[in-house]
Amino acid sequence: MELIKLIGVLIVIVGFILKLDTLAVVVVAGLATGLVAGMSPIEILDTLGNAFITNRTATLFILTLPVIGLCERNGLKDKAVDFIRSLKNATTGRLIIVWQTVRTVASAFSLRVGGHAQFIRPLINPMAQAASIAKYGELDEKTEDQIKGLAAGSENYGNFFAQNCFMGSSGTLLIVTTLSEQGYPVDALQIAGQSVPIAVISLVVGIIYALIFDQTMKRRYGSKKTGVK
Amino acid sequence: MSKIVAEIFYCIIGFIFIMTGVKALKDEGCEKRVFTAAFWFILAFTFIAGPYFPKWITGLCVVLMAALTAMNKVVQSKSDVPTAAETRSGADRIGYKVFVPPLTLAVTAVLVATFLKSLGANNAIGVSAVAALIVAMVMFKPKAAYIVKDGTRLTDNVGTTGILPQVLAALGALFTAAGVGDVIATGVRAIIPDGNLFMATAVYCIAMALFTMIMGNGFAAFSVITVGIGIPFLIAQGANPIVVGALGLTAGYCGTLMTPMAANFNIMPAALLETKSKYAIIFSQIPVALVMLAIHIVLMYTLAF
Repeated sequence: MELIKLIGVLIVIVGFILKLDTLAVVVVAGLATGLVAGMSPIEILDTLGNAFITNRTATLFILTLPVIGLCERNGLKDKAVDFIRSLKNATTGRLIIVWQTVRTVASAFSLRVGGHAQFIRPLINPMAQAASIAKYGELDEKTEDQIKGLAAGSENYGNFFAQNCFMGSSGTLLIVTTLSEQGYPVDALQIAGQSVPIAVISLVVGIIYALIFDQTMKRRYGSKKTGVK
Repeated sequence: MSKIVAEIFYCIIGFIFIMTGVKALKDEGCEKRVFTAAFWFILAFTFIAGPYFPKWITGLCVVLMAALTAMNKVVQSKSDVPTAAETRSGADRIGYKVFVPPLTLAVTAVLVATFLKSLGANNAIGVSAVAALIVAMVMFKPKAAYIVKDGTRLTDNVGTTGILPQVLAALGALFTAAGVGDVIATGVRAIIPDGNLFMATAVYCIAMALFTMIMGNGFAAFSVITVGIGIPFLIAQGANPIVVGALGLTAGYCGTLMTPMAANFNIMPAALLETKSKYAIIFSQIPVALVMLAIHIVLMYTLAF
């Protein structure tokens, strides 16, 4: 009955699929795993508590929040918007490229410049749509959706693949604590360093993808303006 | 020395948690303020005092906190959110220099970790936070109260899931104590031909992406798949743990790009952008995600061995 030990894994999978409270799911999975492995309740709590204390490292990112909050209060996001607005006459693809570059760098430095609600909806998507309209006239629904997808995606690529370049990001600290807990001591500087190549690659892939989109648009609409405006 | 410094930083984090709890208590409009404050106070206790008590007490605290969030008793309380006029006037007054403190944060962390090795990389994060805060104080000249206000505001924003990485690492410890990794490893051994390291790398990266797609959460996938596959089949076979760890998590993020389970990255934004298809963002991301996943496998294999 070795398979019963996987009960915790099963609880995590089912719990996350059902969108139950994440913290509770993980703790219940831990307790269940301990029980089926024949540990006593005190032993389980002891292991849990001990690991929670040694892994406080994973929550160090809290220390960076006051200064980040202060910068936001003093116009961090406003200045990022100012910069993007200054880019006129770019094609849709090139605008997306600039945004993904900004987003990737911001993510790597733990700047909270980004977000679908804060940047994509009010700024990037309208500018990206406008760039194609200025060039090709009216767009069909399919194209509109594609530009929206491109804009939202560029936000995600920059966010996901570059965030671990920052030593204090929660992803970096999760990697550090998970590996250290398993007997492979690594530190945040090493993980952040090894996260740089993939961040750069993701930017290159995103740039190529956006340039391909510009070409697709050219083929789809020709070089002439159609429709009004 | 580095241990004492670390404990000081944990006390500061504990203090931020206490103030987040106090903020909740003061919010008369918040119905669940007592429970919410209790969550933050318990958390603060584990950070500040946890090491000096028997460890099972902290274990019990973790269970209590999970019970509070499970019953949906922990909510965000009212924060002093800066107004648009306030941030705009800040932007006009300070200009692009507003990016200096966050850059200080990232750069100081790397410098301290590189050149003050005795302090340790973890403490470097704390030192950099203090350095950046000083820079921000000099540049913005804010009222001191805003340090606490903005710190607790963002802590509250991050909310209870902020300790998820820490709890997941603890879950990893219980998995190890129970021998969960061995059981998964036995199953996976059937798929991976003995000693084929490229296959092992591919299986690990693909499993990270798949599990992330199923669970919608790369962090949870990372602790399960790394303990079950990454460590026995890659790291124990001589792979560089730094490379495997760093690329393992981002391999999972390739999965995040392809799943409706990651609703706040893929589905909610689609609604926000009023796309015709609910899955417009996922469709757009699939080619990039697949290319990135393939690159992850090749890169991990090349760099780790």
